[in-house]
Amino acid sequence: MSIPFYVSPEQLVKDRAEFARKGIARGRAIVALGYADGILILAENTSTTLYKIGEIYDRVAFAGVGRYNEFESLRVAGVRHADLKGYMYGRDDVTAKSLANAFGQTLGNVFTHEVKPYEVELLIAELGAIPDEDRLYKVLYDGTIGEERGLAAIGGAADQLRDALRSAPGPDRSLDDALEAAKAAFASVEGRTVEGWEAAVLERNGRRRAFRRIEA
Amino acid sequence: MIDDLRSLVGSGPAGFSDLLRQVGHGPPGLPDVPMVATSEATTILAVRFDRGVVVVGDRQATEGYSVAHRRIRKVFAADAHAAVAISGTAGVATEMVRLFQTELEHYEKIEGVRLSLEGKASYLARMVRNQLPMAMQGLVVVPLFAGYDESVGEGRLFSYDVVGGRYEELDVTASGSGGREARSVLRAGWVPSIDRQGALELAMRALVSAGEQDVATAGPDLRRGIMPLVVVVDADGYREVPDEDVVVLAARVLEGAP
Repeated sequence: MSIPFYVSPEQLVKDRAEFARKGIARGRAIVALGYADGILILAENTSTTLYKIGEIYDRVAFAGVGRYNEFESLRVAGVRHADLKGYMYGRDDVTAKSLANAFGQTLGNVFTHEVKPYEVELLIAELGAIPDEDRLYKVLYDGTIGEERGLAAIGGAADQLRDALRSAPGPDRSLDDALEAAKAAFASVEGRTVEGWEAAVLERNGRRRAFRRIEA
Repeated sequence: MIDDLRSLVGSGPAGFSDLLRQVGHGPPGLPDVPMVATSEATTILAVRFDRGVVVVGDRQATEGYSVAHRRIRKVFAADAHAAVAISGTAGVATEMVRLFQTELEHYEKIEGVRLSLEGKASYLARMVRNQLPMAMQGLVVVPLFAGYDESVGEGRLFSYDVVGGRYEELDVTASGSGGREARSVLRAGWVPSIDRQGALELAMRALVSAGEQDVATAGPDLRRGIMPLVVVVDADGYREVPDEDVVVLAARVLEGAP
């Protein structure tokens, strides 16, 4: 007769969390910071086609670290979710908050029910009419959601990056200053030359689709 | 709404319309009763010029013999580099345009690149084709598609028929009840070397003629200040000509009209 083995819930969650964290720690960080006319998202990325940052909706952007196939499938699901909602209701009804909740719920379910948790961390940014209405949400591998103000980072060296950027000039800086500060923070935290950048902005320019990729 | 994205993760449906069907919001079934056939009471037209396309639509919607709306929009931005104009049953047509716009943007976001102009034109053909059962009952939609093809650097023009046939036109096209009149004016005036200004004037002349010949088409209404919707699509993308410029254009054409 086989003896059913027992693992305490605490141990189960701990093991899974440790597994996910290890995967994420290997991923290069991504930072998002507000500037006078929008939100800048900067990632270290050597590929010019496999993006970590993407457009979800008119004023909502997405960034993911960790396993590419996992956060890419979540990004696609996010676009589907947003387009469905915007089509069935109105374009203004698509918000980063509801998306972050959906991502959180998905990651939470995968974390507890699937064989392997997703090794990803996500960043959802929403551009407001004024800087005070900008929203930044972080979603962790277990579905935990956190809201950040003006500055958010995900990935391996997220905390160090955030600390390095705390002292940078305030949210009324220009895009160039924000980009400069973010690149400097990356260089100081990583302690090496960064091989390639991927950068995008959500721009307050009156256009419907605020997302735009930029050269970094 | 779907809260757990897991049903949306993975290979999933190919396009936005398939996605809508999957979540149970596809097009409704039709009542099995014969309906009164509605005509395509309108005029929409397009003129190709050396570097782009001009698309013009009148603003009137009719209900039988009466005017339903005077300021309806029949020309839309399909995306940043293409325009779509509609004739036929207004409600069905505007919904088709909304779905088409969403579909193009959805594709662009998922794939990371814009659909080719050819791809957009074929997709629209399929949408019209899917509409066939409704068309058989009289709810006809016949669009017209024009855009700037970035791969070849020129404007291109597509006309459709009610079963989803797609025909590329090299010069001009027009559709709706005033289409025949508009086409004859366009054909007579079009030359291969026509430029943007020439195309704008020719298009306006055709619309004015259609408005005079066809009861369901309203030409420029200077008294109420209701101008036809005039759109230019070229290398700079889709843009609508401001009303004050259309007034000038319309006044000039009307002055020269017999």
